[in-house]
Amino acid sequence: MNFAVLQFPASNCDQDAIHALRDVLGHPARYVWHKETSLGDADAVIVPGGFSYGDYLRCGAIARFSPVMQAVKQFADNGGLVLGICNGFQVLTEAGLLPGALVRNRDLQFHCEHIFLKTATPDSPFTNKIPEGKWLKIPIAHGEGCYFADEETLAELKANNRILWQYCSATGELTEGANPNGSLLNIAGICNERRNVAGLMPHPERACERLLASDDGRWIFESMIATLQNRTVAKAA
Amino acid sequence: MKAKIVITPKRAVVDPQGKTVRNALEQMGHQGIKAVHVGKYLEIELDGADRETARKALDEACHKFLSNPVIEDYKLEVTD
Repeated sequence: MNFAVLQFPASNCDQDAIHALRDVLGHPARYVWHKETSLGDADAVIVPGGFSYGDYLRCGAIARFSPVMQAVKQFADNGGLVLGICNGFQVLTEAGLLPGALVRNRDLQFHCEHIFLKTATPDSPFTNKIPEGKWLKIPIAHGEGCYFADEETLAELKANNRILWQYCSATGELTEGANPNGSLLNIAGICNERRNVAGLMPHPERACERLLASDDGRWIFESMIATLQNRTVAKAA
Repeated sequence: MKAKIVITPKRAVVDPQGKTVRNALEQMGHQGIKAVHVGKYLEIELDGADRETARKALDEACHKFLSNPVIEDYKLEVTD
């Protein structure tokens, strides 16, 4: 499967994503510069973490005007898989591809640590391979990761199983103590209505090898790959 | 012409910066501070003479870009 990893000025997790996809998972992955207007033959797009455009104005606010984001919107409208990680999640909310917003962490501190994620539903291209009852140990590294949305949006997300991941304790409980940033409902990641665009604050691309303390992040990419492979089979049939 | 834009967090959004500044003001001995809301201030210098046209264009820019309506409110003022 061909992955496109976007590069904005000050993206800094683009190389991690390429490494995880190409070297660890063995799938072709290439960088797509923010000035490009086409995603080429990409099967899936990763909007990586970092500080695109220096986080000027608001995190992700400028990146959404990049030419490449028009291509990403079109790709998403056509049903393509898009995963925003950390700053990529912020970019997708600012671009209107995902609802809500990411605001300053409750304690004003930048959190750089491993957390645990509970997968709220296997029903998405990003979660279908995650074993039931498996809490993912994945690092976070952000100062503005507190998920906020109005009551109506939260109700909609809940009703349609659009919350994909929630911060939990090591034993899978959704406690306040396990919530590193004050996100409403412990939300770490969500998807759009069509379920082909998702965003999360934790970094699965940094947790794909045992050497890096956890390889739980692989389940998220494996889910995407399995979804794409099923699509290819369905197309050929 | 000049436009002045003040962007503040919506009341429903937790504003840890505002709370921290408020606590610090109390530490300094300031009394009676109910709440502090930390926002942004933008000053935009404009060519052209029609204030209403400028206001309309900037109002749209505020809504679509300069503020995020999910989490922020804004006040826009255009002056000579």
